[in-house]
Order: sequence, then C-alpha cells, then structure tokens
Amino acid sequence: MIESLSWHLRSFMGFDMATFQGTSTYIASAELSEIVNVAVDLQKPLLIRGEPGTGKTVLARAVAEAMSLPLLTWHVKSSSKAQEGLYVYDAVQRLNDSRFGTGNVHDIKQYIKLGPLGQAFSAPHRSIVLIDEIDKADIEFPNDLLHELDAMSFAIHETGETVAAKQRPIILITSNAEKELPDAFLRRCIFHYISFPQPEEMKSILRVHHPHVEEKLVEQCLLRFYWLREQNEIRKKPSTSELVDWIGALVRAGVSIKCLEKELPFLGVLLKKESDIQALKSGAKRPTRY
Amino acid sequence: MFISFLYELRAAGLKVTTGEWQTLHEALERGHTLASLNRFYILARAIVCRTEHDYDRFDKAFLTIFEGFESYDALKDELSDWLKDAKTPQMLTDEQRALMKAMDFEALQKTFEERMAEQKERHDGGNKWVGTAGTSAFGHGGFNPAGIRVGGEGKHRSAVQIASKRLFQNFRRDVTLDTRQIGMALKRLRQWGRAGLVDELDIEASIAATGKNAGDIQLVFRPERKNHVKLLLLMDVGGSMTYHTHICEQLFSAAHQLVHFKEFRHYYFHNCPYDFLSKDVEQDERVPTLDVLLTVDSSWIVIWVGDAAMSPYELTAPFGAIDYFQRNKDPGLVWIDRLKKHFPRSVWLNPEPKEMWGRASNQLVRSVFPDMYPFTLDGIDEAISALRAKSFT
Repeated sequence: MIESLSWHLRSFMGFDMATFQGTSTYIASAELSEIVNVAVDLQKPLLIRGEPGTGKTVLARAVAEAMSLPLLTWHVKSSSKAQEGLYVYDAVQRLNDSRFGTGNVHDIKQYIKLGPLGQAFSAPHRSIVLIDEIDKADIEFPNDLLHELDAMSFAIHETGETVAAKQRPIILITSNAEKELPDAFLRRCIFHYISFPQPEEMKSILRVHHPHVEEKLVEQCLLRFYWLREQNEIRKKPSTSELVDWIGALVRAGVSIKCLEKELPFLGVLLKKESDIQALKSGAKRPTRY
Repeated sequence: MFISFLYELRAAGLKVTTGEWQTLHEALERGHTLASLNRFYILARAIVCRTEHDYDRFDKAFLTIFEGFESYDALKDELSDWLKDAKTPQMLTDEQRALMKAMDFEALQKTFEERMAEQKERHDGGNKWVGTAGTSAFGHGGFNPAGIRVGGEGKHRSAVQIASKRLFQNFRRDVTLDTRQIGMALKRLRQWGRAGLVDELDIEASIAATGKNAGDIQLVFRPERKNHVKLLLLMDVGGSMTYHTHICEQLFSAAHQLVHFKEFRHYYFHNCPYDFLSKDVEQDERVPTLDVLLTVDSSWIVIWVGDAAMSPYELTAPFGAIDYFQRNKDPGLVWIDRLKKHFPRSVWLNPEPKEMWGRASNQLVRSVFPDMYPFTLDGIDEAISALRAKSFT
C-alpha cells in the first residue's frame, strides 16, 4: 500500500527520489549516481566494470553510507562457490557437538551459517550486497546465482527451510573483465563502465583525498600522471589510487614543484612492474618483430 | 520511433532482448529520464549494453535515431504516446499505427533537413557538433570541438553530442570467437582428481568411520578435488601469423583465465619449432627445446597454434630455419615429429580456413602431425573431443 502510494507520488512529481549523489569522500559522476539510482529503483543488480583503481569497490561503501544501509561484502576468490554466498552447513561443528555433548545437535539450524546473500535475504531491513570481483571465480559461478538473484530466495536443504528476501537487497557487482560473464547473467544486470576520470574530475577526487595540498603541485602531478599514462611502453598504467598515494608520498617528502618538472620521484608508487620502470628509464620502445 | 530504436540497436549487433526492453520501459514509466534526452541516453545505455565493448555500437545506433533531436520537447509527445502503448503494443488501433508511421516520417524528414543544413555549414568550414551544450547542434565556425569537451559540463552536454563523440570506439571488438566461448570449450579438458594436501573433510567417510568406532568421532580428511590438466600452448608468431594475432591472444587469455589448470605454460616459435623456443613474442628470451622436453613430461596436453605456412625447406632442410640464431642441424619436420611423439596428447589449431590447407608446407606438417583442426569454435570443439578421446585410452 505504502509502496504503491509512494510510486504514485513519485510519478505525480515526475521524478524519483534521488538517493545517491556520491558522498563527502566519494566523488561520483552525475552519470554514475543516476545509474545507481536506476538500479536501486528497478531492483536490478548493478554490474560495474572499469580499469583497476577507478573506485569500483569503494562505490558500494559510498552507496551504503549515502543511503545509510548496512553493507555485506562477498569477496569472490578463484575457489569461491555460488553456494557459499547463500549458506554453509557446518558439519564439523555438529559432529563435534554430538561427540562432546555441547550445543543442541538436533537443532540443525544452529549449524547453518548464512553467507552474505543469505544474510541480506533474511534481514528484516534492506541491505546492500557487494559481490566483489565476480570474474575471479569459476566460469560457471555467475550462472549458479541466476535463480537466487531472480527469485531473491533459496532453499536450505538441510532444514527444508526457504529463505525469501524480506526486503530485496541492493546488489552491486564488480568485475575486472578477467573473464567474460555469461549472457544470461549480463542480461539481468544494469551495466556501467567507469571510464578513467578526466583531469578536471580527477582534480575534485584529489581534493577529497588531499584537501590541503597546493593547487599548483596537484596540477603538476596531474600533468606528469596523464603523460605517464600515455606512454606506450608502460603495460600496467597507473590508476587513481596510485596517484593519490603518490601525491601523499610527495607531500610527506616535501618534494618541490620544480623538482617534479625534472624528474619523477617515488616512481615505484606509480609503476608496479619492474619492466615498466626499466622501459621508462631507458626510454626505449619495446621491440616488435615479425 | 522507439521501436525503431530497438531494431536499430539490434541491427547494430547488440543483443537486446525483450526483457531488457521491458526494463527500459519500466525505467521510463517510473520517471527516470526526468524529461531529458541525456538521461535517456545514460539509462538506455546502462540497460541495453552488457559490456563496454557495446558502447560504441550503442552510440552509433543512438545517433542514427536521435540525430537532430536537440531538445527533449521534440521527443516528448512521442515518448508519452509510446509510454501509453508500452504495455500492450499489440492493442494498437490502425489509427494509432498510422499516427506512429507519420511521426516516423516526420522524424526522418527533420533529420534529413538538418543533414542538409550540415552540408552547407561544412562548406563554410564549420564543424558538425560544434556549439555550446543545450543549444543548436550545428554551431558556428571558429569553435574548437576539443574546447567543448574540456569546457562542457557533463550535465549540459546533449546526449547526441556525447554519442557523436563515440568515446568508446576503442572498446569495440568484432570477433567471431570470444574468450568466453573458447574458455567454455577448454573447460571440457578438465580432469578431476584428488591429490595433494589432505584438507577437506570427507563427511560420508567420517560418518562411516564414526559408526564403526562405536560413535566416537573419527574425522576423515581427503584432498580437495582439483583439475589435473596441465596445458602447454605452442604458438607460431610473426610473419604470416601477424594477421591472426588477435585470435591467438583470445585463446591465450582464455587459457590463462581458466585458473583451474594445474599448470599452464606457453612458448612461441616462428613458423616451426627448432632448437630454441621463446618465452616472449619478440623471441628475445630463448629456451632450448630439449630443456622443454626434459622438464615438461608427456602427461601435458599440448595445443599448437600456427598456420603451417612457410617455405617447404624450412621444414625439410638442415639450417633451414627462417631465424639465423636457430642454426638447426635437424630439419623442422624432425623437431615437430619429436615434440609430437613426446606429447601424445597434442592438437594443432590452424587459423587459416581449411581451403588453404593445400599448400606444400601444410601438407608436410600434416604428414607428421595429422591432428590439425581449423581455429573456429567447431574446430576447437573437435580438437578437444580428440584430446579427450586420447586421454581415456
């Protein structure tokens, strides 16, 4: 009733209640905040892709903070199974309890440990689930989650219980494009690619992280940073988080702007690959041979 | 006109389904566009595109349909009409249908007129998408388009302008095979087995052991189930293979992504393997082929990738290698045969179409290496079936 009322109110007013516009520590582009709000309103999982270091994972934290909802994070690893996000049955504990007479062995429920998705489904309040780096897992992993994400419910076989979402959680998924995700999965998601920030946008991001750093120094850093990103010899391009660290290091060491014009101190903060540093130093183009 | 947008998107190669189209409807119904073409652009792109590789195609389709619509007002009436019909498109009366057609024509005409205008301006030395955001798309000469990109603020740029820049052009990939498809094919190579660290609780066995132990708990552990396949990729690079670089990269990244291979190695060769293989495409870091034969045992699965296109003497003559450093006493064919015999489970994928396989060097290679398959999805499937058959004998 209330939901339908608010829906009518919204359509009457002609716009949706804007809920996310970035936070004081997270600068979201107008585009990104718009998409977050659409995904929230349409109750679709939001799939975020982008270069490493463009703030994919941090986005979930920012959304949770802005909407003051609890955040449940599921870090996916190569060995992760879809089931683990729902629940895990702790058989060892149960065996142990039966042996030593501790706990109530007949109450299987005690031994069901809900995973991040399971917790979000069963919680009485709305929550945000971050499925981080979904592409790390097995190639079938996303497919195994299709049903649960569609129906927002799952069954616990050990107890015969069905856990259905009381409040559909907001689901954010990040991917590094290590693996291509299945079409059936992609079709169900709202997709957004975070493109690398333009210098202007980068400036406002840096202002959040280093509010007291001289404007001129920041500009010189940006100049060098974007120049570095354009060098073809560099395989692993430095990203936002590396730039933030680099400026931090420069400030702490008290490097002057003049010095920055001539050289690149603390290069290791920006470039993580030995071969990239070598390539930059020697200035030699990588040979191509046919 | 919105339906034509759907078909334009599909014609552009985006796999837009009814489900996604309905989601877009729903988003519009719920007022997410806020009467702005910009927002409609962002919204539609988020719903319709599945990867950033789709962005460029989306931009093109968007331009085709919405080019010339500068303000949302022009769209508004059609949008509301469309929304009215959105839920039950099959209930359209003939009258309404005629109305829609008429609008389509109007839209077309408008675009046409504006194209004409553009033609004129171009003669004047102006540029098409010059102008400040929110005003006419056809600005006056003297402005630098790059200036707009820097100065324009995201909120005020028109969607058509954004689309026309086609910022995501680089992401586009027109490939017949995608990494996922290759990955799925390679996955069939897996062989499961339990070996190594004993760290997984075997519940069934534990219960059985506990029962035998008069109820006193006895835990049984076993090694985790793992894929035992070790995969070696041997890839021909350079020369005629340059045309096939992309497809080789795809295979490589698909194999690399399947983290579940127990071991994965790759070496490169130029045309034919001789005394040395190399670790990098540039062939700077060389490894003696004999070392590879010593360290990589016959349990490995080997996939060769090459077009087997070279001068026949590179295969038959001693010192016939195209690269001087090889100084091979044994002709190339002997090396191929040696490797083939060392690895009973090996297949050769050839990116060239089968019609080209008649060349002499190809026939020579196949005389010692008959398991050659075309580098297509079907070919890979066939090759993997052949490998599987070998692993069970």
